[in-house]
Amino acid sequence: MDLSSAFASAFSLIFSGDPQFLQIVGLSLRVTLSAVLLAALIGLPLGALLAVVRFPGRSAVIVLANGLMGLPPVVAGLMVFLLLSRSGPLGPLGWLFSPAAMIMAQTLLVLPIVIALTRGAIEEMWGEYREHLTSLGLTGWRAIPTLLWDGRFVLATGLLAGFGRASAEVGAVLIVGGNIAGHTRTMTTAITLETSKGDLPLALGLGLVLIALTLAINAAAFGASRVGARFAG
Amino acid sequence: MRDSVSILPLAVEGLSFMADGKRLLDDVSFTLPRGGVTAIIGPNGAGKSLTLRLCHGLLAPGAGTISWQAGTGLRRHAMVLQRPVMLRRSARANIAHALHALAIPDAARRADAALTRFGLAALADRPARLLSGGEQQRLAIARAWAQAPELLFLDEPSSHLDPGATRQIEEMIAAMAAEGMTILMTTHDLGQARRLAQRVLFFNRGRLVEDAPADSFFTGPASPEAQAFIAGDLLW
Amino acid sequence: MLTRRSLLTAGFGLALAAAALAPAAAQSRFITVSSTTSTTDSGLFEHLLPAFKARTGIEVRVVSQGTGQALDTGRRGDADVVFVHARAQEAQFVEEGFGVERKPVMYNDFVLIGPKADPAGIRGTKDIAAALQAIQARGAPFVSRGDKSGTHAAELNLWKAAGITIEQARGPWYREIGQGMGAALNTAAAMNAYVLADRATWLNFRNRGELEIVVEGDGRLFNQYGVILVNPAKHPHVKKADGQAFIDWLTGPEGQKTIADYRINGEQLFFPNAGRPGA
Repeated sequence: MDLSSAFASAFSLIFSGDPQFLQIVGLSLRVTLSAVLLAALIGLPLGALLAVVRFPGRSAVIVLANGLMGLPPVVAGLMVFLLLSRSGPLGPLGWLFSPAAMIMAQTLLVLPIVIALTRGAIEEMWGEYREHLTSLGLTGWRAIPTLLWDGRFVLATGLLAGFGRASAEVGAVLIVGGNIAGHTRTMTTAITLETSKGDLPLALGLGLVLIALTLAINAAAFGASRVGARFAG
Repeated sequence: MRDSVSILPLAVEGLSFMADGKRLLDDVSFTLPRGGVTAIIGPNGAGKSLTLRLCHGLLAPGAGTISWQAGTGLRRHAMVLQRPVMLRRSARANIAHALHALAIPDAARRADAALTRFGLAALADRPARLLSGGEQQRLAIARAWAQAPELLFLDEPSSHLDPGATRQIEEMIAAMAAEGMTILMTTHDLGQARRLAQRVLFFNRGRLVEDAPADSFFTGPASPEAQAFIAGDLLW
Repeated sequence: MLTRRSLLTAGFGLALAAAALAPAAAQSRFITVSSTTSTTDSGLFEHLLPAFKARTGIEVRVVSQGTGQALDTGRRGDADVVFVHARAQEAQFVEEGFGVERKPVMYNDFVLIGPKADPAGIRGTKDIAAALQAIQARGAPFVSRGDKSGTHAAELNLWKAAGITIEQARGPWYREIGQGMGAALNTAAAMNAYVLADRATWLNFRNRGELEIVVEGDGRLFNQYGVILVNPAKHPHVKKADGQAFIDWLTGPEGQKTIADYRINGEQLFFPNAGRPGA
């Protein structure tokens, strides 16, 4: 199995403009970015709240969030699968084997990362900001908007970590999406399929495209946060 | 300083504070009327900064009361911390943020006014955390001033600054006092207390030892501790 | 300014998320078919489904799993139609009331794949039972799907036909991988092992390495596919009309011809036999 044919198929995929391929790339991005976005909307405030508010059982919640960062994608997928199956509690939604189900499963995977990393970053910043914000009457949840905004460049790193986890995983999206051609086939499930067809050059070619895409997004985000961080000091 | 009912005088009665089994502040009482600059001085660990924090409400007292003329809950006193917290935003946004937090209207205009008032207009769009130490301290004071407090707490406002920056800070303080703002500040710099304050509260080991007009305090301190402190300073 | 901005951000985010979720619900007319890895890995569906959609406008979403898992998907009501290849399990599915009626669609055959070196010395024999006996006797590496798929069920039946109780006879040479057909072939290629495969997947498989067909043509290697509508009486949301339309098309003249037309390198992969009684 030679690498050169993998690179060749990667290039021909990228430059052919094959609509099927573009659709797969588009779906991968849509699912992963939606999941990261949802996880951010839920996880950023929750992580920040965990950082500034003291309540009984807080340590347990922190340990739980940290532990769930290692949640196996297959398990997350299975949980969402059982939830969304027609015989499951959310069956009537008819979401199984759809992009919505995949977004849900990946949100579940990304959420603990966002919560745990946000909690860590915001807690550190809260140590620094506490007296000033208290002086302005911003205590408890009222401090959160300031902390999230001022932590935006650090928090972006957490979101990137979540993006990395979501874009790379195959276990969860395969189970809840079903790898349906033209509907729920993503980069990673397509790679799995091509591998099982024995078309290893094509599989690796897809893999190279995925890596390139991930690198590009990371580079863009990194550059943006570097510029921003320099401004914010 | 402009509103109908003043929060001052501030009455502090029997104020005490414990931490880790140590009594850091012991039965401190004083009254702060409207106007003027009052300096809290004393050696390290005397409880100077702690008194400011308690009065401003950053900490809850272990015992004693802090009562305002117009009741509590009115955010009409502001504080500049010894190491001011600079938010990760521009100088102007730092001021505007504080005004937003306190629901003071017209934040953008007031922020610009505060910057102009203290000669910081040129720095308005600079990231606050990249300013020099002196500029940060001036910005912190401008930020507090913009809140239009009746009483301003200043905790060691120039402790880490060079003489030039210290001078600028002292000019700001004097100007605010001249406008009628009441100022309660701590300082370890006796010269600064002499230059700015009309009244001195001398603390030692958590207790208020001497409360006197600045003139008489520096010319003839009543307590042996204050005498030693001033003598030590002169010897130095 | 700050709160307005964060509100804006949150609103924008919600809108984006909604946009991401919306198309899933907005899709028009489709049915979900759970089928086996062999039909997908062989490329048959890519050939069949566009023709069906052109005729009826119905999109078919295929989830490919092992036969056992595909039937389970139907049992839970997560598919409208199941399209698999394991007679006994299909019959049970209908008996349990999960399926309306099983209809034969097509057949192909299984082939025994092995390394060119042929350590069991069985190349060219037509007798699959004798071939398996030789593999077991020599302890030649053999990869088993081990995933309750149709091919796995067929393999177990063949061991039985060879007079071998595989639960007892198995040793280090017998490697159960618990994965699909393609993965089993990849594993066999990497280990130079024997493996039972359906001909269609084999023909469409690229990573052959040293592997080739060593045994074919035994009547016991026959591989029949059937299609079943999931019972709307059990799962009321099943798209009865559209699912039935797919089944009727598959087993009707147009579908049967489309199946017969699917070829790789001129070789026909599946043989339609919907009309044959008892298939």
